[in-house]
Amino acid sequence: MSRTTATIDPAELKAAGTARQTDSSAPNADRPRRRFNWGKVFAWAVMIALLIITVFPFYWMLRTSLTSNSALYANDMSLLPTDFDLGGFARVFGLQSPEEAIAQGGSGASIDFWRYLLNSVVVATAITVCQVFFSAMAAYAFSRLHWRGRDFVFSLFLLSLMVPLIYTLLPNFLLIRDLGLIDTLLGIMLPSLFMTPFAIFFLRQFFMNVPTEIEEAALIDGAGKIRIFFRLIIPMTVGPITTVAILTYMNAWNDYLWPLMVSYTDDSRVLTVALGNFTEQTPQTGPDWAGLMAATLVAALPMLLLFLFFARRIVNSIGFSGIK
Amino acid sequence: MSVPKTIHPLPVSGPRQKDDTKIALLFILPASIGLVIFYFWPLVRGVWLSFTSWDILTPARFVGLANYQQMLQDPVFWNAVRVTLLYVVINIGVQIVVALVLAVLMQRLSRSVILRSVVLAPYMVSNVVAALVFLWILDFQLGIGNQLLASMGLDRIGFFTNEAWVITTIALVNVWRHMGYTALLLFAGLQAIPDTVYEAARVDGASELRMFFSITLPLLRPILGLVLIISVIGSFQVFDTVAVTTNGGPVDSSRVLQLYIYDNAFGQFNFGYASALSVALLVILLVVTFLQYRVTRAGQTDLN
Repeated sequence: MSRTTATIDPAELKAAGTARQTDSSAPNADRPRRRFNWGKVFAWAVMIALLIITVFPFYWMLRTSLTSNSALYANDMSLLPTDFDLGGFARVFGLQSPEEAIAQGGSGASIDFWRYLLNSVVVATAITVCQVFFSAMAAYAFSRLHWRGRDFVFSLFLLSLMVPLIYTLLPNFLLIRDLGLIDTLLGIMLPSLFMTPFAIFFLRQFFMNVPTEIEEAALIDGAGKIRIFFRLIIPMTVGPITTVAILTYMNAWNDYLWPLMVSYTDDSRVLTVALGNFTEQTPQTGPDWAGLMAATLVAALPMLLLFLFFARRIVNSIGFSGIK
Repeated sequence: MSVPKTIHPLPVSGPRQKDDTKIALLFILPASIGLVIFYFWPLVRGVWLSFTSWDILTPARFVGLANYQQMLQDPVFWNAVRVTLLYVVINIGVQIVVALVLAVLMQRLSRSVILRSVVLAPYMVSNVVAALVFLWILDFQLGIGNQLLASMGLDRIGFFTNEAWVITTIALVNVWRHMGYTALLLFAGLQAIPDTVYEAARVDGASELRMFFSITLPLLRPILGLVLIISVIGSFQVFDTVAVTTNGGPVDSSRVLQLYIYDNAFGQFNFGYASALSVALLVILLVVTFLQYRVTRAGQTDLN
């Protein structure tokens, strides 16, 4: 670390705080230094406040999902779960009888949560596998193959970045309808299966950086271009490919508007759409907040787990992906 | 990095210069299918549909500019434009400031990966999840937010039910989800500013605040401009949060453009008019992006 002041951890800050206290009792205290430390304290206060704002809703999801509805309706402000109860989770996974569920403030309607979960997994997995693979193929053609018209075709792909996704949704819906794929999982995934311009650009950047010497050695050994793609380029860029795959999976998992357009029944309903329906099926007594927060938590969990495992990779790739 | 950017028309010599056209066509085939069918074709079809009247059941009928004339006289459309702009201004205004503060704090206080991960966590959950959590936290009777207000002796606020509040609330919910992501983009930009500049300033006795305004902000400008453009484009397309929490209400006060488009298409099966609205949104986006690009001079850097 070349810069000394930029990395100060809380322990150092504490030490600086005590030092300041002794300083102030001394007659010739170092004034600019003191002001500087106050600034640090203030900066950390702002930072901690922002972190609390960031984390609190997650905690509140958990806290609410572990509390019974009757306790929630008793207007309590306790930070810990009161009247600890797993009923919310039981309702989400259909482990309660309708009578029991209604008694605990649920709607009693059978929600096929496992079905939605499975649908989400199928859609997000298929999109990720196909989209990343096809994008990688295109990225390979745009970075390592030599052919007439390459730059022109690439600029066409560049152009597609300018089309806002939202604009394509209506015509794409009509196309899916023409194909008879409304209310099917294939209909939900089809438009995203082939590529995204982002994935192509992102991977192309890394493919270009693979040294040509290695490729030439493989060519001399008699390997073809296809073989080089599978045996050389892909293994050498596993890192960036993983990053793209994670981001793709996340986007597919979190998508709402498109699946909302295409799916009409439980056959093709994914988690986000099922959750979004919540406000429309509120029981007479008032919303089943405990059940809902349990459901949102379960819906968010796969992404949070994925994030837990790949946080460093995702966090470090964000700058590149945005500025590029 | 010795891969040539452009290809020589004639192969020179050696194994690398071989013409790969056949393999290349095979490799770009799937992506090209996606590009043509799901990007370019919708672009054309959307513009065509905006000149028709179509309810899906009967064949589309060409009506010329009728949809656009209807749009110009449609008070709900103009209200949607106003509401969307209000949303974008609040959302982007707060988000950029908070993200900038967060990015600078991360750069000056701690570059720990754990800290950056925590900040990014909200971005990992869907808009739907974020919307539902805040629907609960800000519930009029039971939400912890309003209970806190009440316990301090303040009036409860109908965050999602009061016309005056609803857009602000939705804008801030989306700030919560996106501020960490935006902060990381800016953080990456800050890394590009050489340390030596700060060291020189410190030797000259500049304060942290002075350094922020005289060094960080001006040198970050191109990246700030790009981040602004990306965020604004995303912001204009707001739909999920509104659809889940208020569905446009109360009385159209949160009926953003995208929701109005969706209502027209799937509520009233007015696909021609919905397409015209989409074209309007596209045009607004193009104009706003172009203006931002010019104003922020995002393409030019002041470094070096």
